[in-house]
Amino acid sequence: MATAVVDEADKRQSPLSDAVVVRFAGDSGDGMQLTGGQFTLSSALAGNDFATFPDFPAEIRAPQGTLFGVSAFQINFGSSAIDTAGDAPDVLVAMNPAALKTNVPSLKPGGLIIADEGEFNDRNLAKAKYDANPLDDGSLAKWQLLKLNISQLTMDAVKPFGLGNKEALRCKNMWTLGLALWMFDRDRQPLIDWLNGKFAKAPDLAAANIAALNAGHAYGETAELAGPLKQHHVDPAPVAPGLYRTLTGAEGIALGLVAGAQLAKLPMFFGGYPITPASAILHHLSRLKEYDVTTFQAEDEIAAICSAIGASYGGALGVTSSSGPGIALKGEAMGLAIMTELPLVIVNSQRGGPSTGLPTKTEQSDLYQAVYGRNGDSPMPVISARSPGDAFDCAIEAVRIAVQYMTPVMLLTDGYIANAAEPWAVPDLTTYEAFPVEFLTEVPDGGFKPYGRDDKLARPWVKPGTPGLLHRIGGIEKEVDTGHINYAPGNHQAMTDIRKNKIDGIKVPDQIVELGAEGGKLAVVGWGSTFGPIHQAVRRKRAEGLDVSHVHIRHIWPLPANLGELLKSFDKVIVPEMNTGQLKTVLRDQYLVDAKPVNKVSGQPFTIAEIEAAIEEALK
Amino acid sequence: MNQVTPITRATTLKDWETDQEVRWCPGCGDYAILKAVQRTMPEIGTAPENTVFISGIGCSSRFPYYMETYGFHTIHGRAPAFATGLKLANPNLDVWIVTGDGDGLSIGGNHTMHLIRRNLDCQIMLFNNEIYGLTKGQYSPTSRVGTTSPSTPYGSVDRPAQPAAFALGAGARFVARGFDVSKELPNVLKAAHAHKGAAFIEIFQNCIVYNKDVFEDFAAPKGAEDRQLWLKHGEPMLYAKGTKGIALDADELHLKTVDVVDGDWEAAGVIVHDVTNRSVAHMLVEMRFGEFPMALGVLYDDPRPTFEADVWRQNAAAREGKTADLQGLLKKGQTWTVTEGGPEL
Ligand SMILES: Cc1ncc(C[n+]2csc(CCOP(=O)(O)OP(=O)(O)O)c2C)c(N)n1
Ligand code: SF4
Ligand SMILES: [Mg+2]
Repeated sequence: MATAVVDEADKRQSPLSDAVVVRFAGDSGDGMQLTGGQFTLSSALAGNDFATFPDFPAEIRAPQGTLFGVSAFQINFGSSAIDTAGDAPDVLVAMNPAALKTNVPSLKPGGLIIADEGEFNDRNLAKAKYDANPLDDGSLAKWQLLKLNISQLTMDAVKPFGLGNKEALRCKNMWTLGLALWMFDRDRQPLIDWLNGKFAKAPDLAAANIAALNAGHAYGETAELAGPLKQHHVDPAPVAPGLYRTLTGAEGIALGLVAGAQLAKLPMFFGGYPITPASAILHHLSRLKEYDVTTFQAEDEIAAICSAIGASYGGALGVTSSSGPGIALKGEAMGLAIMTELPLVIVNSQRGGPSTGLPTKTEQSDLYQAVYGRNGDSPMPVISARSPGDAFDCAIEAVRIAVQYMTPVMLLTDGYIANAAEPWAVPDLTTYEAFPVEFLTEVPDGGFKPYGRDDKLARPWVKPGTPGLLHRIGGIEKEVDTGHINYAPGNHQAMTDIRKNKIDGIKVPDQIVELGAEGGKLAVVGWGSTFGPIHQAVRRKRAEGLDVSHVHIRHIWPLPANLGELLKSFDKVIVPEMNTGQLKTVLRDQYLVDAKPVNKVSGQPFTIAEIEAAIEEALK
Repeated sequence: MNQVTPITRATTLKDWETDQEVRWCPGCGDYAILKAVQRTMPEIGTAPENTVFISGIGCSSRFPYYMETYGFHTIHGRAPAFATGLKLANPNLDVWIVTGDGDGLSIGGNHTMHLIRRNLDCQIMLFNNEIYGLTKGQYSPTSRVGTTSPSTPYGSVDRPAQPAAFALGAGARFVARGFDVSKELPNVLKAAHAHKGAAFIEIFQNCIVYNKDVFEDFAAPKGAEDRQLWLKHGEPMLYAKGTKGIALDADELHLKTVDVVDGDWEAAGVIVHDVTNRSVAHMLVEMRFGEFPMALGVLYDDPRPTFEADVWRQNAAAREGKTADLQGLLKKGQTWTVTEGGPEL
C-alpha cells in the first residue's frame, strides 16, 4: 500500500487482471503463514504492490483438522495501488476440509478452489462437520474446483530424500507454493535461496523442500492445458524508484521508536509484558540493543509502565506497550505520568474486546479508553497509525510530542496493522528533523522551579544525579511552579487548567483530505487501519462520479485545529469504525457535526464493498 | 557505562533535611526512622544529589518529601517497579525504596517479590506498623489475628504475612530487622547499604493513632534484653545479658532457647551467627516471638550479582562490535530496489 505514485485509479476500477487476491488456508500445522510470507516476498520481487492479512487461531496448537484450528493468509497483489488485503479471494488454496469450510463462503463466485483431496478423508470430513465430501457432491458448483492430491504428490516428490512420513508431508506447503509461483509467473530462485539458508544445517530438508517446490511448479506447467488452471501474469505496479522492503506494523513501531529515540538523542527503555498482538514489539526491540535500547520484561503491565516511567524519570525515553486488557491495567500509572509531567510513549495494539475478547482479531474499540480512560481530568495526546509504514512515522511523532511537551502519549495501532505486511519505501533518515532533548543541568536565572514552564507549557526535565537541582515529585497535586504538595482549591484549578492547556496547545499538522475535494456532499472520516478499505471505496465511488471525499485522522487528541471547519464544509459525514461509534462520538462532541456511524465489530477488517455500500446509502 | 562509581561527599545531618513541614501525627514512629536515616546518610558518605528515595502510597511513603535528595512519591504498591526502571536507566544512583506493610505486601506484594528475586541493587525499607495508617486504621496483611479495626469490627480472622520470611522466600540475599526508636537502626541501615543487591529491611514502626504500642512487648526499653536478640555476625546468639541463647535441636531440626550457665555458651550449644548461612536464616525469620526473643539486626547477608549490572553487561556484550546504524537496519531483511526499468533484488 501507499507506494503507488500515480493516482489514475480515480479514473478507473481495477479489473481482475490488475489485482488478484489469493488466500492460503490450512491447519495451523500446515505452515500457511510461512507460505503466505514467502509468496508475499515473491510478489514484492515481481514489483507488485500488495497488502496482506494473516488470520490465525488464538489456540497455540489447536487440535488438527478442526474448524477453529484453521490458519489463513490472504494477499492482494496487483499492478496498481493496493490499499487492502482484498475483499473476496479470487483463489482459495484449501489444505483440508476445515480450511475449505471456513473460507469458501468468502470466495468470489467463479473463483478458483485448489483443494488437497488427499486430506478429504472421513476423519477430516467429520472434524470439519461435513456430512458428505464437498469435493464430490456438487456443493461447490458456483466455483471452479481443482482437486489435487497434494499430499501424495508431495510424498512422491520428496521420496528420494528418505524422510519419515510426517516430515515428508511437512513439505506440502512448499509444493503448494511452487504451484502458486507457477500460476503467477514468478521466479523460483529467491525461494530456493531462502530454503537453502533456512535449512543450512539440514541439507536434506533443504533439498526435499526445494524438490517439493519444483514439483509443484512443474505440475502447473504440465497440467495447464487441462482444467481450470491458467497461468496469469500481473504486471509490476508503477512505483517510485528506490529501495523497498516488506514491513509489518510491529516492525514499523519498533523501528520508529528507535528512530524517535535517536532523533531525541536519548537512550530508550522499553518495559513490556507479553500479550497478543503487542508482544512482537517487545521481541523486535529486544534484539536492537546496539541502538541504545534496554528492554525489560516486567512481572505485569503495571510494572511495565511503572518501570518505563522510572526510566524516564532517570533521563531515558520510557516506552511501554500492550493491548486492551493490559492498557486497562496501566491506567493509574498513566495518571502519575500526567501528574509528574514525564515523557512516556504507550503503544496500544488494539484487539477485540471487552475483557480477553478476541485476542488474535482486530478491532478499534479502545479509542474512548485512550482519550478518556483515566481517573480525574487527565488529558493525554493520542496518535493512530493507519498502516505498517505509517506506524514508523507515528512512532517518531509520539516520541517528539512526549519529549517536547513532557507528557505521556498514546500510540494506537491494531492487530491488523501489527501483523499485516506491506511494501515500504525505506526512508532516508537524514530527511527527518532531529529534536534533541535538553535536560536542565544548572539553576536557571530566577531560580529553579521544578514545575516552571517553557512556551509550550512543558516543565524542565532534570535527571536525578544533577547537583543543585534536588527536588521531589509525586502524584499528589503540585503547587504551581514549585511542585510542592498543595491541596488549595485555587491551585488545583490552576494546575488542572495548565495540564489541559498544555495538551490542547500541542501543535499538530492541519487535517488534509486524502482523496477528493475539501467540502462537498459527503466526507468519509476514518482513523487507523480502516484507511485501506475507505480509500479504495472512495476512489471507486469517485470514479463513478459521486461527490465523496476521504478524511483520515492521525491526531486523535488533540484534534487538528482545522478539523471542525473542514467537517462542516461537507453536507454529510460518515465515520466507518471497527467499534460501535467511538470517533463518531468524539467528533459530535467536539464540533456538533451530525457524524453518522458505520460500524463493524466482527474481528475482521472492513471490506471495500461494505464501505462502498455505506457511501451509496449516505448519498441516497 | 560499565563500571559503577560510587559518588561520595562529606555531609552533615542538616544536608539531608528538606524545608518541607513533616506531616505525620505527633509521636508517630516514622519521625524516629526519618531521623535515623538522616543521621546515617552522612556516615554512609553518599552524595544527596546521587540519592533517590522512591515510595508508594501510605503514611510511610510520604518519606521522600522530607529527604533533601531526589525523590519520587509514586502510586500504591508500585515503588519497586519505578525503582527498577530508574536503576536500569542509571545504575549509578543510590536507590532507597520506602514502603509500608500494606503498600509493599498487599497491593504491591507482587512487585516486592520480583524486585527481590531479580536482586536489584537498592535498599527496601518496609515500615511495618501492622495497620493501614493513611486510610485510617483498617487491618493490614501483617495484622495479628483478632485485630479489631474499622473493617474488622469483630476482629480479623486471616493469618498475617511475615515480611522477613516473605523476603527470604522470594530469594532475598539480605534480610534485616530493626524498629523505629532503636539505637541500632543506623547500623542496620549501614549494613543494608553496604550490601550490593536488594537489601530488605523490616522496620517495626509504632502507629500511635491506629495501632498504638503493638510492638511494646519486645520494643519497650524495660526488659528489652530478655526480649530482643540482636544478631551479630561471628558472635553467639545470646540475649538476656548472656544468660540465654539460641541453639539447634538436632533431633527435631528446629531452633530452641537454652540457658547459659556461667557464660559457657559453647557448652549450652548456642549457635554462632553466620550471616551467610541461609538455612539458619530461614529458621530465624520464622522464629515466633514469645516462645523466642525477637530476632533483630542483620539476619542474612550473602551477596549475588545484581540485576542492573547483569542487564548492563548483557547490553554491552550485545553491542560489542556493532554500530548503531539505523539507516542500515531499516534496509535489513527482505528488500528490493525499484529502478525506472522495474524491480530487482
Ligand atoms: C490504588 C489505590 N488503592 C487504595 C489506595 C488507598 N490507600 C492509600 S495508603 C493505603 C494503605 C497504606 O498502608 P501501609 O502501606 O501499611 O502504609 P501506612 O499508612 O501504614 O504507613 C491504602 C489502602 C490508594 N491510594 N491507591
Ligand atoms: S496514622 Fe499512624 S502511621 Fe500514619 S502518621 Fe499517624 S501515627 Fe503515623
Ligand atoms: Mg502500615
